[in-house]
Amino acid sequence: METLVCEGLSKSYGSKLALNRIDLRLEEGRIVGLLGPNGSGKTTLIKLASRLLVPSEGRITICGEEPSEITKALISYLPDRNFLPDWMNSEELLQMYGDFFGDFDEVKALEMLNNLNIDMKMPIKKMSKGTRDKVQLILTMSRHAKLYLLDEPIAGVDPASRDYILNTIINNYDEEATVLISTHLISDVESVLDEAIFLKEGEIFLHKNSDELREETGKSIDEYFREVFRC
Amino acid sequence: MPRVFSENVPIYLQLIEMLKVSIVTGEYKADDKLPPVRELALRYGVNPNTVQRAYSELEREGIVQSERTSGRYINIDAQKINELKKGISEEYIRELFERLRQIGLSGKEIKNLVNKWEENK
Repeated sequence: METLVCEGLSKSYGSKLALNRIDLRLEEGRIVGLLGPNGSGKTTLIKLASRLLVPSEGRITICGEEPSEITKALISYLPDRNFLPDWMNSEELLQMYGDFFGDFDEVKALEMLNNLNIDMKMPIKKMSKGTRDKVQLILTMSRHAKLYLLDEPIAGVDPASRDYILNTIINNYDEEATVLISTHLISDVESVLDEAIFLKEGEIFLHKNSDELREETGKSIDEYFREVFRC
Repeated sequence: MPRVFSENVPIYLQLIEMLKVSIVTGEYKADDKLPPVRELALRYGVNPNTVQRAYSELEREGIVQSERTSGRYINIDAQKINELKKGISEEYIRELFERLRQIGLSGKEIKNLVNKWEENK
């Protein structure tokens, strides 16, 4: 089943065209890298899928549905910034996620938080950046969603935290869901990607299976990316 | 999460080779159970579908047998191990020749060098 479909999807901010007639189809069971330099349209695409933005032209559907309350329940979205009320602690966050999302697996989330020895009473604002990022990811991945939208989940974390985050993604997505990871830290994520999408100036430059890309170019995705986007 | 793979070669091919080497060296024996897809994916920090693809390829080659409910098992006998060994060796030798030819050595020179290296080791 296709979890995310874009047809002729465009988004402009005033006269600036951020996405230009994008056609894209993502299948379930895949971990997909949304790769592109800053300003290539990655976050715009993710925001269109999560209904934070409305298309200027074209269509975007999630599991066949236009963005709506229904699709909101199908999508688990990790924004590229702190999005949780920073005075809340982990205990309160579990409660809040349970209240907001019918598909939230509290037992799973609690287990992961315990494995990290996270103090359940510590408010978010007192946590280190690495810990905060992990908590946000745990909450996001503890939902049984059909489409996970992870916007820069590994930006600015240390290598051990990065491994933890990638392992958490591998371990928690299920075969009926799609995980879309936007990042420009390609070498850090490329071994977990099924497919790579290169966004270039608001257009899809390439959308391919990772191993096929390596086979055809004889290069890593990271190397190929640097070639395509050389400044 | 060890980074054992080079990123410029398809990862499923590297996984296949790694598993074949494990069989030839006896790390995996006949009828041993292979780790579940996700476990291997986590161990090497790769995508579960990549592991799946490697397993399917090994199944197609008859080295791995899948039992519907209980998992995947190594399906190998002495003769097949020898074939595997031969295949892996040929691959390494091909690579050796390719690399040395690239820096201008002839087949004969390579053979001489290999003999010398073995004698002096």
